[in-house]
Amino acid sequence: MISTYRRRKLANMLMLSLLGAAALVAVVPLIAVAAYVVLEGAGAINLDFFTQLPSPAGEAGGGMGNAVVGTLELVAIASALATPTGVMAGIYLAQQGRGTRLGPLVRLLSDVLNGVPTIVVGLFVYGLLVLTTGSFSALAGGVALGVIMLPVIARTTEEAVLQVPSSVREAALALGLPEWRATLRVVLPTARSGILTGVILGVARISGETAPLLFTAFGNSFWSLDPTKPIASLPVQIYNFATGPYESWHRQAWGAALVLMTMVLALNLAARWLSRSR
Amino acid sequence: MQMTRDLRIVSVQEWREAAEGTVSVRGLSAWYGRHRALTDVSLEVRPRSVTALIGPSGCGKSTLLRCLNRMHEVVLGATVSGQVLLEDEDVYGSGVDPVSVRRRVGMVFQQPNPFPTMSIYDNVAAGLRLAGTRNRGVLDGKVEQALRQAALWDEVKDKLRKPGTALSGGQQQRLCIARALAVDPEVLLMDEPASALDPVATARIEELMVELKRDYTVVVVTHNMQQAARVSDYTAFLLSEDGGGGALVEYGETRQVFEEPRDERTRDYVTGRL
Ligand SMILES: Nc1ncnc2c1ncn2[C@@H]1O[C@H](COP(=O)(O)OP(=O)(O)OP(=O)(O)O)[C@@H](O)[C@H]1O
Ligand SMILES: [Mg+2]
Repeated sequence: MISTYRRRKLANMLMLSLLGAAALVAVVPLIAVAAYVVLEGAGAINLDFFTQLPSPAGEAGGGMGNAVVGTLELVAIASALATPTGVMAGIYLAQQGRGTRLGPLVRLLSDVLNGVPTIVVGLFVYGLLVLTTGSFSALAGGVALGVIMLPVIARTTEEAVLQVPSSVREAALALGLPEWRATLRVVLPTARSGILTGVILGVARISGETAPLLFTAFGNSFWSLDPTKPIASLPVQIYNFATGPYESWHRQAWGAALVLMTMVLALNLAARWLSRSR
Repeated sequence: MQMTRDLRIVSVQEWREAAEGTVSVRGLSAWYGRHRALTDVSLEVRPRSVTALIGPSGCGKSTLLRCLNRMHEVVLGATVSGQVLLEDEDVYGSGVDPVSVRRRVGMVFQQPNPFPTMSIYDNVAAGLRLAGTRNRGVLDGKVEQALRQAALWDEVKDKLRKPGTALSGGQQQRLCIARALAVDPEVLLMDEPASALDPVATARIEELMVELKRDYTVVVVTHNMQQAARVSDYTAFLLSEDGGGGALVEYGETRQVFEEPRDERTRDYVTGRL
């Protein structure tokens, strides 16, 4: 009796410590990455980093101002394209699409799109916009990022709209609001924080994407805001500088990594805070 | 613009005077998909009175009520056959917009459901704004009037900007009544409006129903026999037998239905034996 009990207790302790160890292993990489990026990158962060162009090959100094601005522009184009489309698609999935054959199909396809490797999305936009216009462009990059963002927004919007109690929607309809107006004036405001969370998660998802930008937005060593011209971005700049031969480039790449990581972290925290304050 | 609107209201009032705001249900059946919930119900709801719908759970009271303002069809796969005449217009007639029916037939639900993102004021004003009223003075006046009719004004007049969901359950239900009254409907449908409330709040809602029948036709679903006896002038008893969908068993003056029911099954139900 006693020995069975002790054996069971021992096995229990063993399993618990194993689980604990596994949990530790899971967070160690994150902490290690974060610590390493901060250690290596902090030195490169100063005012110049945000205001200056990259210095010519191998020379010290300079910054990544154009890449910071470029990333913001790419994210803005992607959000401007994907937010209205994604939100409307999400509303459709949650309301009008229920009970139809199109609804589940759209949901399935949007999940598939969410799983498509981002480099494939980039390739698709390359064929669609870069080859046809004959030029890499910020617009092409924004479209690629928008396509990646779209399913994230659509599905979180669907979830958020489904969370709105049907009694609220019925109250609006019973008051004589047409369906579109009930959705716009009552259902959407009620689901607002959930939808906003989806948009933020979508932005967090795309702001670090590199592969789809390589052959859409391409890159640019100079200042540019023109959506029809190639544009610099932090991820692509990191890729270029980190693989380059110069020590000063490597330092800049670490700095850019730190900026990017901080941005994504802040977005994720904002999304968490929003969804909790609901 | 203002002229025509005033003219319209005047004429609606006269019209109401003449036709007296009756609701005639004729041969109404309703389904949820294949499931039949209501079978061939016919009854005339008298204007400016309170009509109670009673019957055991699942007999189709809510379904009947929701058929009167075309809220039934909001449920996926729900269908209707038969007629519901409002004055003398079939609300299921071809070319009749359900939206316009719902503006004439207001509804209060079992669970209070104020719009969560709107203030008390905006909740009451929502229907008016929809109808195109933008004038601040007009809105203020109508909001106050509706809140007074719903016996809520004194409790909320100092916090009209607070969210509607910050009120107590009973207050929220009266807010929902005010919201429905603000658009000046002809008929008010109430589905167990007091079942989520305590006795004090329930008494207030009951008083309110009696008040409201001076201006409106009120149809109320209730599980509470005493409540039906207290507030209603007419009572309809529905029963769903062997799963065939609820049918009307007896309909008449409340006193008659409760004291001298013609049908055995009504007697059993109102005396609590069913
Ligand atoms: N949304 C729905 N989908 C499918 N069936 C439904 C739906 N709502 C009601 N029903 C069915 O229709 C029948 C009538 O329901 P209804 O809600 O009208 O009853 P009720 O008399 O209001 O009952 P209660 O007193 O419990 O509220 C029941 O058999 C019920 O199961
Ligand atoms: Mg019911």
